[in-house]
Amino acid sequence: MATETSGGASVQLVELHRRFGATKALDGLSLDIASGELVALLGPSGCGKTTALRVLAGFERQDHGAVVVDGKDVTGVAPQKRDMGMVFQSYSLFPNLIALDNVAFGLRMRGMGTRTRRQRATELMEMVGLADRGGQYPHQLSGGQQQRVALARALAIQPRVLLLDEPLSALDAQVRLGLREQIRLLQHRLGTTTVFVTHDQEEALSMADRVCVMRNGQIEQVATPEHLYGQPETAFVAEFVGTMNRVPGHIDGDTVQVLGRRLPVRNPDGHARGSLVDVLLRPENLTLQGGGSGSSRVLSKAFLGSVSRVVVQLAGETTVKIDLASEAAAGLSAGDQVDVSAQDAEVMIAEARSAETGNGSTGAGAGGGR
Amino acid sequence: MAAVARPAHVRGGGGTWRLVLLAVVGIYFAVPFVSALRYALQSDTGSYTVSAFSGIAGQSGFGDAFGLSLRLAVLTTVLTLVLMVPTAVYVHLRAPGLRRLFDGVTLLPVVIPPVVLIIGVLDVAPPALKATPYLLALEYVVLAMPFAYRSLDAGLRAIDVRTLFDASRSLGGGPLQTLLQVLIPNLRSAVLSATVLTVALVLGEYTMASLDQYQTFPVWIVNFDQDNSHVSVAASFLALAVTWILLLGLTAFDTKGSAEAGVG
Repeated sequence: MATETSGGASVQLVELHRRFGATKALDGLSLDIASGELVALLGPSGCGKTTALRVLAGFERQDHGAVVVDGKDVTGVAPQKRDMGMVFQSYSLFPNLIALDNVAFGLRMRGMGTRTRRQRATELMEMVGLADRGGQYPHQLSGGQQQRVALARALAIQPRVLLLDEPLSALDAQVRLGLREQIRLLQHRLGTTTVFVTHDQEEALSMADRVCVMRNGQIEQVATPEHLYGQPETAFVAEFVGTMNRVPGHIDGDTVQVLGRRLPVRNPDGHARGSLVDVLLRPENLTLQGGGSGSSRVLSKAFLGSVSRVVVQLAGETTVKIDLASEAAAGLSAGDQVDVSAQDAEVMIAEARSAETGNGSTGAGAGGGR
Repeated sequence: MAAVARPAHVRGGGGTWRLVLLAVVGIYFAVPFVSALRYALQSDTGSYTVSAFSGIAGQSGFGDAFGLSLRLAVLTTVLTLVLMVPTAVYVHLRAPGLRRLFDGVTLLPVVIPPVVLIIGVLDVAPPALKATPYLLALEYVVLAMPFAYRSLDAGLRAIDVRTLFDASRSLGGGPLQTLLQVLIPNLRSAVLSATVLTVALVLGEYTMASLDQYQTFPVWIVNFDQDNSHVSVAASFLALAVTWILLLGLTAFDTKGSAEAGVG
């Protein structure tokens, strides 16, 4: 198929700054993206991830810094000359054109003849599994189908970089999962360098080669999903990616006293000896022993297949989520008295907050609106 | 409107109210229309005849006046669209903060009486321009602006201009290509209604044309009224009917197009 050849450009974002009034949307953002790589920009709303994508696309101009594609600074290049296919969050198909003509639009702009571009558009419609929908207008297609056509349209121009601006966020869960896989497969096959903006950490972790977690216009950490989850560099990343518990503890130099244990701290700086902090613990790094005499109480239990998630109230107001093998959790029920302990591993700490909120566990980044 | 706004539990009575409302509005518009038709069909002796209608085309000055008005209508519409479509798009895309200002500024021609406008224009217009009736087209562009701008603004609000614009550009469409091939096709009903309003305005404008001393169709009707009021009324009736038919035709075309394109 002719679409197999698009390859991918390398992209460098160099010290990008962009200010909207008093807001610093980008505050010195630098990121290197290798050819053929899929990088997700992940962060809460307002972190600058969409601005970064729009600057890369050429829709916004940075105040300082450079956008370099394949070694060339494209800062002054108009978006229509950048060869970057983009899929938008809102449905962006041209309402007056049938799906096939939407896909062929970019080829028409490039002066390709009617027959060739129809043929190419048909191929792409097949590629996204919508071969029989080419004659339909956007309003006759479902949301998921519209986004697949939009993807085909963006890929039709064999873009040097494919830009995805939360393309799945308007779709319902089932469709989202399917399309997630489809995007990943196509991207692998075509080798198109892809930048994917999302606020959904699960989406970022499951699709990206590397995830770039952003906050306040800056990068918190760029790493593979595994690395990001297992070795977060900041408390923000630790909490934003995956599920995280906050348990009060006392810092003591490079270690912290928590749940009756002394654990090494990865980020001990800036905390006075003996001060109260929150220790960040993943659900799978906590364990519990039943036996009737413990100081903690099981609040609820959810069966998730091979693991079960148990919610436990510690002594005091703090509640934590604990993942146990389902066999180990089988004997537990709400109201049981248990003892909770942490695995012996390096931990992250954050400013104490759990005492005020009365809830030690923070949800994942998923589900927040823009 | 009153009938539509009634709460659900009294909607049973809404049907009657709607009929009454429609009847009142219908009578309000129909009475002058029917009276004009009746007068045009009457001879001086009181018998009915179509001679007033059949004689219009042969009346002295009619052809010139009607031709001038048609040319002015075309010229005004083209100028208005060429000016207002990019402006309205620009304001939506690049200067949404100025939207309120534009709402106000584009209303000025309605607030300022045409007489005042025309005196200003005659004061500053270069003599070469004053010597041609096409000066009127420029004046009509100003008069049509409030209607055209509002139509286009409403059309732009109904579509996601920003996303369509960005999508087109990411695919290689330049600003002009994007305007012509993406935005305007999706603004078709707005462009059509701006066109209809502009044409209707030009075909009915009297004050400016008469002060500029050009014999446009409305000026001709008034002047001719003194010679043969039956023919003059027949002509204005026809003008009204033509405008209506034009309007209905465009609406029908638009509805059909929308059903096909799915923008309705």
